[in-house]
Amino acid sequence: MSLIETSMIEPGSVSAKPRVSLSEPKDFLALLKPRVMSLVVLTAVTGMVAAPGTMNPVLAIVSILAIAVGAGASGALNMWYDADIDARMSRTKLRPVPSGRVEPDAALAFGLGLSIFSVMVLGLAANWFAAAFLAFTIFFYAVIYTMGLKRSTPQNIVIGGAAGAFPPMIGWAAVTGDMSLAGFVLFMIIFLWTPPHFWALALFKMKEYGSVGVPMLPNVAGEASTRRQIFAYSLILVPVGVAPFFLGFAGPVYGVVAALMGANFLRHAYAVLKMADGDEKMIPAKRLFGFSILYLFGLFITLLGETVVIRLLAGGAA
Amino acid sequence: MAEEKDERIRLTPEEERARRKRSIAIAVTLIALVILFYVVSLVKIGS
Repeated sequence: MSLIETSMIEPGSVSAKPRVSLSEPKDFLALLKPRVMSLVVLTAVTGMVAAPGTMNPVLAIVSILAIAVGAGASGALNMWYDADIDARMSRTKLRPVPSGRVEPDAALAFGLGLSIFSVMVLGLAANWFAAAFLAFTIFFYAVIYTMGLKRSTPQNIVIGGAAGAFPPMIGWAAVTGDMSLAGFVLFMIIFLWTPPHFWALALFKMKEYGSVGVPMLPNVAGEASTRRQIFAYSLILVPVGVAPFFLGFAGPVYGVVAALMGANFLRHAYAVLKMADGDEKMIPAKRLFGFSILYLFGLFITLLGETVVIRLLAGGAA
Repeated sequence: MAEEKDERIRLTPEEERARRKRSIAIAVTLIALVILFYVVSLVKIGS
């Protein structure tokens, strides 16, 4: 029989029924932003596989799990802090905290607990350099981006994008215990990808961001300036996307895929650049936003797949 | 002697269901963590 003591009733409401949480495990899972986690897992695995050296497969899997949970923890902290503005935007109002399915204190405790847990596990399974890097990434996303930059500068996602770009470097560091140029190039691909990706979204969601006081670039600098900056970042991103091939840590298949997808990325970015002011439907921006996700997944899946195949062939020939 | 009044509160079926699911999730997570640390320790000691 499910009974609880009246001592749990909040002060001043002796006769009232105490609040009993209706949150379910799936609500806590949603706090981890599973879709973002899937990208983090992919990029971290790619960094791990591309790194020179080997790692025990069990420890590698545990390390990836720790990195994914760390990313999820920072997502939970983000949702805890941003619940006030999430509640007022259509894209985010159904998240667990603003919809009332998870209490803010529970989300905070969940995020902090998983942050500590993920860093400790990565330190034990891989090394403490990678663990410190993961701790810094969580701090960067939850504190520097979410609490600092997001509501104060239109360059929020440019600087904050670094948090999303660190996972391949963490994966690399888990294997080698240090950083390298190759890991930095993988970081730069995600870092440069973030502005065109989020500004494309901000273009067609600018009214919502504006109404909750988040200074996204279209609201502050205007649509025309945003479109120019999207194109400028895309021009830098595409050559950096091909760089792993020219630097020798990606094969020809990756080079071709990165060049073709890069050309398509530029085509979409150019369509956004040429979009008319005040375009209500924002079709080019929506297409760029959709393709940008495909682009990043495409690059990292190709790099991962080709590296694995090359290693298997090299192992077979040895 | 007057019978003591039961002041405890009965959960609704929804609250009960949600609490049961949370309890199961916590149990599964704890068991998974025990296995995780055991396996990591074995691998670390073995290497």
